[in-house]
Amino acid sequence: MNPDLIKMIFGRLNLDALPLHEPILVGTFAVVATGGLALFAIVTYFRLWTYLWREWFTTVDHKRIGIMYMILGIVMLLRGFADALMMRLQQAIAFNGSDGYLPAHHYDQVFTAHGVIMIFFVAMPLVTGLMNYVVPLQIGARDVSFPFLNNFSFWMTVGGAVLVMMSLFVGEFARTGWLAYPPLSNIGYSPDVGVDYYIWGLQVAGVGTTLSGINLVCTIVKLRAPGMTMMKMPVFTWTSLCTNVLIVASFPVLTAVLALLSLDRYVGTNFFTNDFGGNPMMYVNLIWIWGHPEVYILVLPAFGIFSEVTATFSGKRLFGYTSMVYATVVITILSYLVWLHHFFTMGSGASVNSFFGITTMIISIPTGAKMFNWLFTMYRGRIRFELPMMWTVAFMLTFVIGGMTGVLLAVPPADFVLHNSLFLIAHFHNVIIGGVLFGLFAGINYWFPKAFGFKLDPFWGKLSFWFWVSGFYFAFMPLYVLGLMGVTRRLRVFDDPSLQIWFVIAAFGAFLILLGIGAMLVQFAVSILRREQLKDTTGDPWDARTLEWATSSPPPDYNFAFTPVVYDNDAWWDMKRRGYRRPLTGFKPIHMPSNTGTGIILAGFATVMGFALIWYIWWLAAVSFVALLAVAIGHTFNYHRDFHIPADEVVRTEDTRTRVLAAGAQT
Amino acid sequence: MKLLALLPFAALLGGCDFVVLAPAGDVAVQQRDLVVISTILMLIIVLPVMALTVFFAWRYRQSNTAAPYEPEWDHSTQLELVIWSAPLLIIICLGALTWMGTHLLDPYRSLGRIAADKPIQSKDAPLNVEVVALDWKWLFIYPDYGVAAVNELAAPIDRPIRFRITASSVMNSFYIPALAGQIYAMPGMETKLHAVANKEGTYRGFSANYSGAGFSGMHFEFKSLSGADFDKWIGTARASGNMLGRTDYLQLERPSQNDPVRLYRSVDRDLYKAILNMCVEPGKMCMSEMMAIDAKGGLGREGLNNTLPLTYDKYARRGAPLGTEPTFVAGICSMDEIKDAPSRDVLAPLDLTPLRGVGLQRPPFSPAHPSSTSLLLGQRPKSDS
Repeated sequence: MNPDLIKMIFGRLNLDALPLHEPILVGTFAVVATGGLALFAIVTYFRLWTYLWREWFTTVDHKRIGIMYMILGIVMLLRGFADALMMRLQQAIAFNGSDGYLPAHHYDQVFTAHGVIMIFFVAMPLVTGLMNYVVPLQIGARDVSFPFLNNFSFWMTVGGAVLVMMSLFVGEFARTGWLAYPPLSNIGYSPDVGVDYYIWGLQVAGVGTTLSGINLVCTIVKLRAPGMTMMKMPVFTWTSLCTNVLIVASFPVLTAVLALLSLDRYVGTNFFTNDFGGNPMMYVNLIWIWGHPEVYILVLPAFGIFSEVTATFSGKRLFGYTSMVYATVVITILSYLVWLHHFFTMGSGASVNSFFGITTMIISIPTGAKMFNWLFTMYRGRIRFELPMMWTVAFMLTFVIGGMTGVLLAVPPADFVLHNSLFLIAHFHNVIIGGVLFGLFAGINYWFPKAFGFKLDPFWGKLSFWFWVSGFYFAFMPLYVLGLMGVTRRLRVFDDPSLQIWFVIAAFGAFLILLGIGAMLVQFAVSILRREQLKDTTGDPWDARTLEWATSSPPPDYNFAFTPVVYDNDAWWDMKRRGYRRPLTGFKPIHMPSNTGTGIILAGFATVMGFALIWYIWWLAAVSFVALLAVAIGHTFNYHRDFHIPADEVVRTEDTRTRVLAAGAQT
Repeated sequence: MKLLALLPFAALLGGCDFVVLAPAGDVAVQQRDLVVISTILMLIIVLPVMALTVFFAWRYRQSNTAAPYEPEWDHSTQLELVIWSAPLLIIICLGALTWMGTHLLDPYRSLGRIAADKPIQSKDAPLNVEVVALDWKWLFIYPDYGVAAVNELAAPIDRPIRFRITASSVMNSFYIPALAGQIYAMPGMETKLHAVANKEGTYRGFSANYSGAGFSGMHFEFKSLSGADFDKWIGTARASGNMLGRTDYLQLERPSQNDPVRLYRSVDRDLYKAILNMCVEPGKMCMSEMMAIDAKGGLGREGLNNTLPLTYDKYARRGAPLGTEPTFVAGICSMDEIKDAPSRDVLAPLDLTPLRGVGLQRPPFSPAHPSSTSLLLGQRPKSDS
């Protein structure tokens, strides 16, 4: 056939793009394909496709979307962690002239993918998922402000994840490090599809993240239950508000900077090239203007989770609610004034460096205040060491170390000797694992019974906890040590044999974390099998304090039959104390949004368009873009957007709950 | 218990080379001091927090019904004051330290001292080294001696070194942990670093910023030599047969990995300037020239032709089959003019005692022991001013 025609149809996509010569990838593909086929077969055998499509894929219910976000995050965690294991193994064996088992071409993709996946497709979906699930319940709302947008946002995030996963088997991923600094990421030095996968994966997912940020800001600002003034909002809602404000304000910067990079790559502009007045440092500035707030986007909700968990399991009001709120707001603002600390070593003047160093340190003041607030919440409490509280205490002990090394790195002359070293790697894993991930695990264990009506199995949970925590220390304390020995990041081979022992210890730590992840998956499975024993009928298994525990577990579609009225910032605690009785009569029809498949279809076209742009298949990009617009415009003519849950159905649901509660009270 | 478990690691730690904590150059020593002092300052607050966490978690556990329980207690103005002001105080101290340390250890600033007890003398003329990060090796040019080396850097001890750093293609970071902190090497841009080595020995230098496939092999030996040995080293370089002209450089800058050490007895004297301005190729306009033209208002539409030879330096134009495009103005000043342009260095003031208000007389106070002001890192004894 005519090569020009083939090129027009397939762009630069050809059979060489399939990594048939890489046995590791072929093996991975075999496993993924088998697993995928098995899943497909199971779903088909049990005739679940219609159910999945009607009840899950097209749902606009914030609770189901939240759960889907969590599933996405956990699935991607497995991929991101597989990358981590590969890196640890490579670094542990590439000594004494050994080249390890990964060639540079593969290894460089692995560390890039690890960073991108862990931040964008693990931490972000897990955080967004928890916020999506919990925030509307905590503020006594029926759903988020824009339920359809919520569904669309989720599927865009999935679309980004699909593109990144696709790069594993079709073509390759970026070999630039997770932030893709030019000139390395520019077309001259990375002519392959890797950086394009990176760009379009993040652009597609970024649309989802930005829209979900707008959605949750509106929800928190507009849909709070009567009586819930700003200063009566639960702390998790406060931190979610701040996080989503950060998302709305910073993700457009990421979108813009990636758009500029793609212009450089696709149409030959010179924003970040070495010549023609381009300047790669501009990219570095812009990406960190997004990147630093991103860190707080992840950690603030975790702080919120710890606040809820500490108060609940200490059986006590949160100490210093007001100062907690102000600390969160101060962190939100300051997070925009510190970005330059990521590149003190790029030759800024001493005054500029000092300014950004000192603003960075100032963030540790509100963070320190938060730490003390949790401490004094525990003070004179009655602490129950259930799993969420265990994660919280582990966080408090671990996070202060990460905070300390963070402030150390904020001192520019110290950063000159530690920047880009394994000390830095240890630092940010210390805060992201010790802060964000521990927080998410606390949150998952805490809210799981709300979402499913039964608790998670404590035995496997504790096993997972101890593997994770000890694994973390084994994996990252050696990296601090290596950093002080002047070992830099992203190295593939080493020639100083005295370093090897530390990498072996770190690899052992990664292995412990693997056991931790395994135990967590077993915990989910065991809990589902033992769901009758672990069942919670009260809807409030932890004797908790905030509104989400006032409704049943799992909550009905409409969350609350009557919108609660709030008098106290621990609204549910206050209701329990004042002898709240569930209303049993007077139910009315409830106005609800209808499910729609538009979100998944739009995101599907966006993903196809991303794929087409990556491979220069211009006709397909154009077609999918037009289709995207057509479906979006078509959706504006969809007038079947809402329905009413009839009053007698509400009555039925609530009566069932009444019976369950009565039965529970008797036993 | 936990501490006991750490014991074998302590033994491990003993056998390691903590180059960041035990460097061989005065700048790195001061940076190390700052690392240590900051850590100690922060431990003042971190250790009590960790201890309190464990203590509260243990004392207020559910089974300990002897401990007081106050479920409604959630505010204490005094405590709030303490928990906000304690970190604030630490950060004020650390901030002051940061401000001073950052200015005193600014890599662009010429050195004020050779070592803690050795102020700089006017006879200590700095050694100039021009550093170019290539794919994936390091080129060091000694303009004072007219020699160059690939993947090996030598310097005499106790003599200030003035690095001027650039790169040929992508970003790298120039880092010799034993000598001084790192600074990025970026194409088309120049960064500077001032440092001094105080101990003889061979140390490791490398790129600290990932730069592509050959990154792992992008390291070199930094030889800190006595004055006589350094002269010998220069002699060895001069005795080598290699010369580094522009064409040799164009060959050298092509990507290669794990390159052996190579010495050059002579170097094109404008090579570094040409690399920095991305005009090593003959007939290519230098960025500095383009900027000079632009500063004078540009050349209008005809000026567009001047941009063509600038095209992305490595990939598009080199050896283009159709030959070079027409150029209207190849340059407005000679290479010599660029070379002799005065360089703007940040000079260390000779008097480092802190200013105490504009226009005010300094109070007549001098410490009994000049070393008692050593908290102000890098400060020289007053008597030297």
